[in-house]
Amino acid sequence: MASNTNGSQLGQLDARGTSWYIDKLAQVLFFVGGVSAIIFIVGIFVFVAREGLGFIVGKFDFVEFFTSPRWVPTSEVRETYGALALIVGTASVTGMAMIVAIPFSLGAAIYIGEFATGKTRETLKILVELLAAIPSVVWGFIGLTIMNALIIDLFDVPIGLNILNAGLILGLMAAPIMTTIAEDALKAVPDDFRQAAEAMGATKWQVIRRVVIPAGRNGLVSAVLLGIGRGFGETMAVLMASGHAVQFPDGIFDSVRALTATIAAELGETAVGSDHYGALFTLGILLFLVTFVINLTADIVVRRGDRRRR
Amino acid sequence: MSLFAATDRTVRSRRVQRQVRVLFGLMTVLLIIPVLIILALLVVRGGPMISTEFLFEFPTQGMTAGGIFPALLGTIFLVATALLFSVPLGVAAAVYLSEYAPDNMLTRLINLAIINLAGVPSIVHALFGVGAFVLFFGFGTSILAASLTLAIMTLPVVIVATRESLQAVPLAFREACWSMGATRWQTIRRIVLPNAISGILTGVILEVSRTAGETAPIMFTGAAFFLPFLPETILDQTMALSLHLFVVSTQVPHVPDALPYGVALLLILIVLFMNALSIGFRVYLRGRKRW
Repeated sequence: MASNTNGSQLGQLDARGTSWYIDKLAQVLFFVGGVSAIIFIVGIFVFVAREGLGFIVGKFDFVEFFTSPRWVPTSEVRETYGALALIVGTASVTGMAMIVAIPFSLGAAIYIGEFATGKTRETLKILVELLAAIPSVVWGFIGLTIMNALIIDLFDVPIGLNILNAGLILGLMAAPIMTTIAEDALKAVPDDFRQAAEAMGATKWQVIRRVVIPAGRNGLVSAVLLGIGRGFGETMAVLMASGHAVQFPDGIFDSVRALTATIAAELGETAVGSDHYGALFTLGILLFLVTFVINLTADIVVRRGDRRRR
Repeated sequence: MSLFAATDRTVRSRRVQRQVRVLFGLMTVLLIIPVLIILALLVVRGGPMISTEFLFEFPTQGMTAGGIFPALLGTIFLVATALLFSVPLGVAAAVYLSEYAPDNMLTRLINLAIINLAGVPSIVHALFGVGAFVLFFGFGTSILAASLTLAIMTLPVVIVATRESLQAVPLAFREACWSMGATRWQTIRRIVLPNAISGILTGVILEVSRTAGETAPIMFTGAAFFLPFLPETILDQTMALSLHLFVVSTQVPHVPDALPYGVALLLILIVLFMNALSIGFRVYLRGRKRW
C-alpha cells in the first residue's frame, strides 16, 4: 500500500477533535482538584509557620517553652512563654477523655458490629452517627452548664469546670467517631474467618476474642489514635469546660488550660506581629505537628494491617 | 448423660458469651443515654425560648434580650459561601481519586493530606485562615475569609462521601460507555456522575451540618461577637449562630439563663435535622438502587 494513503488513514484515526481536548482539559482540572488537598495541607503549615517565624527566631526560648509552666504573655516586667502547663493541661484532659472513650467505644463497636443484627444494628449506627454530629460549641455549653452543676452537686467541689468535666465531654465527643472507625475495622475482617471459627464450635465471643479482634487489631489501634488526635485538637469544648486556669493540676477536680483553648482565648487580644501573636502561632505549629504525626502513625498502622492480611 | 449434652466447658463458654453480650450492649446504651438526657434537657430549657420573635429579631439590650436573626442569617451566608468553594473542589478531587488516580505515591500522599485536613485541630485551621486569607490575601476579617477557612476544613467530608458514591457505580457501566467510543470525561459526565449524584448530595448535606456547627475557624476570620446591622457584601463581617452561643454563654454578663439554651437548641436542631436528612436520604437510596 502506498505510504501516503496509510498516513492519511492513520491521520483520520488520530483525529484529535474537540472532544479529545475537552477530555484532556477535564483530566487536568480533576488532577488539580486531587492535588489541592496536598496544596492545602502544605499551605496550612507554611502560613502558620510564617506568622510564627518572627517569634521563633526572636524571643523563642526552646528550653523555657517546653519546661516552664509560666505562660505570662502580658507582663509589665517580663513576658514568659512557658507552654509546659498548657501541654500538661491538654494531656490530662485528653487522657481523661480516653479513659472514658476507649473502653466504651470499643465495646460499642463490638456490640454493633458483631452482636447486634437487623433493625437494632441500623438504629444504633444511626444514633452513633447523630452523636458525632453535635457541634463542639454545644458540647462546651453543656459542660459549662449541665455538667458543671452536676459535678458540683455530686462531688461537693466549689468549681465544676475541671479535668473531669472537660475529659467527660471530650470522651463523649470522641467516642462516636472512634466507635464508627472501630466498627469499620471489624467489618473489614472477612466473614470466612468467622465462619471457619464457628464451624469449629467456637461461641460468638470466642470468635470475637480469638479471631476478629486479632485480625482487626491494626484498625482498632488506628481508631484509638484518631480518637486521641481528635481529643488533642478539640478547641471550643475544652475552652468552655476546663476552667481555663494555667496551672499544674493535682487531681481531676483542678482546672487546667489546653493548648488549643489558649490560642482561641488570646488571639483576639493580640496585635498582629507582636511576640504574643507569634507565640500563639508557635503553639499552632506544635499542634499541627503533633496531630500530623498521630494521623501519619494511624495511616501506617492501618496500611501494615492491610498488607499482612493480603 | 446423653451423647449430645453440653459439656461443662461448653456451658461455661456459653455463659461467658451471654455475659459479654450484655456487658457490651450496656456500654453501647451508656454511650447513648447521657446524650439523650442532655438533648432532652436542652429541649426542656431552651424550647420555651424558640419563637418567631426569637428567630427574626435582632439581639437587644447588650445581647441579653431579643432574637438571634443576624446570627442565623450569618450562619446561612457562611455555609452557602463555603459550599461554593468546597463542593466543586471536593467533587473534582473525588473524581480524580476514583476515576483517574493510579495506585502510586502521589495518590497515597493525597489520601494522607485528606486525612490530615480532617485531623488538624480546628483552631489551627483558624490560624491558617488568619495568616492566609485575612492577612496574606488581604480579605480582612470577612465572610469570604471565614468561608474559605471553613471550606478547606470541611473539604474531606465532601471528598470522602463523593468518592464512596463514585466507587459504588459498577465498573461495567463505565466499560459499556468506553466501548462505545466515549472519552473518559464523556463517561464521567453521562454515566458516572448521574449515577452517583444522590450519594454526592448526601455528602453535601452532611457538610452543611458540619460547617454550620464550627466555631473556632470563624472566630478570628470573619465572625463578629455583635453587629447592629446585617452584612452587605462578602467582605463584611457577620455574626454566626455557633459563635453567638459561645458569646452569650461566656462573654456577656447578666444573660437570662434560658437564652443560651435557646441558641444551643436551635443550633443543634439545625445540625441534627441536616444529618437526619442525609441519613434518611441514604437509607432511601439504598432501598431503590437498581444494581
